[in-house]
Amino acid sequence: MNAELGQADSATEPVLEATDLVKHFPIQRGIVVKRTVGRVQAVDGVDLRLHAGQTLGVVGESGCGKSTLAKLLVGLETPTSGSIKVLGREIGNLSSRRIRPVRRDIQLVFQDPYTSLNPRMTVGDIIGEPFEIHPNVVPKRERAGEVKDLLDMVGLSPDHINRYPHQFSGGQRQRIGIARALALRPQVLVCDEPVSALDVSIQGQVINLLKRLQAELGLAYVFIAHDLSVVRHIADEVAVMYLGKVVERGTGPQIYDHPRHPYTQALLSAVPVPDPDLRGHREEIILQGDVPSPINPPSGCRFRTRCWKAEEQCAEVVPTLQVGDNGTHPTACFFAEERDVTHAVK
Amino acid sequence: MVSTPQVVGDTLPGADLNAPLLEVEDLKVEFRVRGKRVPAVRSASFTLERGRTLAVVGESGSGKSVTSQAVMGILDSPPAYITGGEVRLQGVDLLKQNEETRRTVRGNHIAIVFQDALSALNPLWSVGFQIGELFRVHRGTGRAEAKKRAIELLDLVGIPDAKNRVGHYPHQFSGGMRQRVMIAMALALDPEVLIADEPTTALDVTVQAQIMRLLKSIQEERHMGLILITHDLGVVADVADDVAVMYAGEVVERAGIRDAFKRPAHPYSKALLRAIPRVDTLGQELEVIAGLPPNPASLPTGCPFHPRCKAAEDRCAEEAPPLAAVAEGHTSRCHFAMEVYRDER
Ligand SMILES: Nc1ncnc2c1ncn2[C@@H]1O[C@H](COP(=O)(O)OP(=O)(O)OP(=O)(O)O)[C@@H](O)[C@H]1O
Ligand SMILES: Nc1ncnc2c1ncn2[C@@H]1O[C@H](COP(=O)(O)OP(=O)(O)O)[C@@H](O)[C@H]1O
Ligand code: SF4
Ligand code: SF4
Ligand SMILES: [Mg+2]
Ligand SMILES: [Mg+2]
Repeated sequence: MNAELGQADSATEPVLEATDLVKHFPIQRGIVVKRTVGRVQAVDGVDLRLHAGQTLGVVGESGCGKSTLAKLLVGLETPTSGSIKVLGREIGNLSSRRIRPVRRDIQLVFQDPYTSLNPRMTVGDIIGEPFEIHPNVVPKRERAGEVKDLLDMVGLSPDHINRYPHQFSGGQRQRIGIARALALRPQVLVCDEPVSALDVSIQGQVINLLKRLQAELGLAYVFIAHDLSVVRHIADEVAVMYLGKVVERGTGPQIYDHPRHPYTQALLSAVPVPDPDLRGHREEIILQGDVPSPINPPSGCRFRTRCWKAEEQCAEVVPTLQVGDNGTHPTACFFAEERDVTHAVK
Repeated sequence: MVSTPQVVGDTLPGADLNAPLLEVEDLKVEFRVRGKRVPAVRSASFTLERGRTLAVVGESGSGKSVTSQAVMGILDSPPAYITGGEVRLQGVDLLKQNEETRRTVRGNHIAIVFQDALSALNPLWSVGFQIGELFRVHRGTGRAEAKKRAIELLDLVGIPDAKNRVGHYPHQFSGGMRQRVMIAMALALDPEVLIADEPTTALDVTVQAQIMRLLKSIQEERHMGLILITHDLGVVADVADDVAVMYAGEVVERAGIRDAFKRPAHPYSKALLRAIPRVDTLGQELEVIAGLPPNPASLPTGCPFHPRCKAAEDRCAEEAPPLAAVAEGHTSRCHFAMEVYRDER
């Protein structure tokens, strides 16, 4: 293949594509003879595509499968079924040894900067660790310099190379995690709640850093978060998850300004806006109860136990992502209907 | 204004019903660890009236929880020492009361709901027993009656099927339901002041909305004073009447809700408001507050915000600014408070 063709390909082909991705965790009982008594349907039929330089936001409540999805995408979990392609190469069914070269191209930034860094390793060793695993990327004698460049890139002083994680604040540790993820010059970063554990004033620093790196390096991000305000700020496209399934998918304006799925609407209406003048002027949808267990999710539409629009059909048939009559964005609801819950209405 | 609160149980001796419900004035708390003094709260001042919600906001480590624990009288000493200030409940300085009086105040007059309901509840006892215990100990209520009251409370806070759930243990409840149980316990003895320390931080946003609505409706119904400690300015905008902003152990700004958001008079509050993304607008670049919140063990000289402050001048590194009024009911601890308030700085 000549270079030009390759480039044209990468401009149109997604850097990351998942098709009908499923991850079920068996629940086993018994000490000697284990038998499977059920399955946690953590991720259940997720499709996604991501292009170079773009950010896909994934939002949803605790336990809806966001972290499991993240681990599947970077090869830390093996899918029960379905396909994952990174730069066109299938990784869903590779053995861990054969995944390794592909893994270079897609890296994970963890949620918790407090526990994801080994406390006994220096920052230099943490960031340089990927070079040990992929020894051909950077020659040994250039590694220290490369680590210093990475520290500089994420806004940390290269002089701190010999310090330990506990000597850094939460925001700084998250920068270390980002530097480590960038070491192998990946094309895709999967960020699992990268700012959730940080203070507001520090969140902005890390978000702006991610945006700058994206502009400079042409990175694509899967940005997972439960904070819908943060995702609005960083994502080009957004997928809303509920109990292992994507229930609505669209561009930022489609999801935030024209949501069509009742769950998306409830989620958005629950996010408070920092403006006292809007108090009492936004739609208020208060859902009943909590998210049900993914072990035996409700039949049909998984949201039906909390949905105010549910009808008989919802318990019997599983709604799939469908575009509306006038070509609106894909929504998995039989009664999808646009409703602005984000802005002041009254 | 609606009449006096119901003071059930023991009335606080010397209480003046015309005094503000709760006044904290120049409260100071330090920790003494290995011979070092760490000033966790250096000057906390605020006033809470009946039927109102005061939001205390600030980043982690700014002293919000230590302040609320000092008000509740539940700080462990050692290592914590209250080194100054007053905490007046209806005019009575609680810091001057003996432990027995303070025990009466806890639960009866001031109650607290923590962020982490699981560790605040006893895992070995059913939630019904734990709520009932409050009635038995403080009110001498009999077993059957206490259980009945526990069921009523669980019902009040929206636990479905309270009759059966009363015998369940904390781990059998979801995060949101446990927080409801915590609220039920806090309400048991009908306090006039409820402190909620990050009550929804660990919860999902749809559950947060449920809990905030519950807190708000109970507060209005009972005409309680609510202190809501949070770092979520969205929640503040939704429910608070007044706001106190803490930074490095000090209340650096106090204002009514509208002024707090529309006319901040402290550079820290102003920067914070510009640093948060909003769900209803596609923001521009977020304003970044450079640097880190200070470590209370080694605070910057002068104004503790000066290393991060865009408005700082030379004197800020030398002189600590006093708390100054910029308008009726609006104070700020900044040398240039008036200019910031007028948006000239
Ligand atoms: N290794 C595992 N074995 C069994 N169940 C699992 C495993 N990992 C995750 N799960 C379950 O799968 C579901 C989805 O979990 P996941 O961690 O992906 O959720 P999440 O959306 O990331 O939640 P949070 O917002 O709390 O981080 C949960 O019910 C979880 O308990
Ligand atoms: N038991 C303790 N011993 C020593 N320092 C403490 C203790 N508890 C809190 N602190 C310190 O007091 C300061 C204020 O803490 P806290 O009130 O919990 O902050 P916030 O609730 O605003 O996040 C922090 O610097 C914290 O480290
Ligand atoms: S399919 Fe039915 S239950 Fe599901 S979201 Fe739509 S209306 Fe609600
Ligand atoms: S006193 Fe100076 S440093 Fe402190 S907030 Fe005001 S301008 Fe900034
Ligand atoms: Mg997760
Ligand atoms: Mg706290």
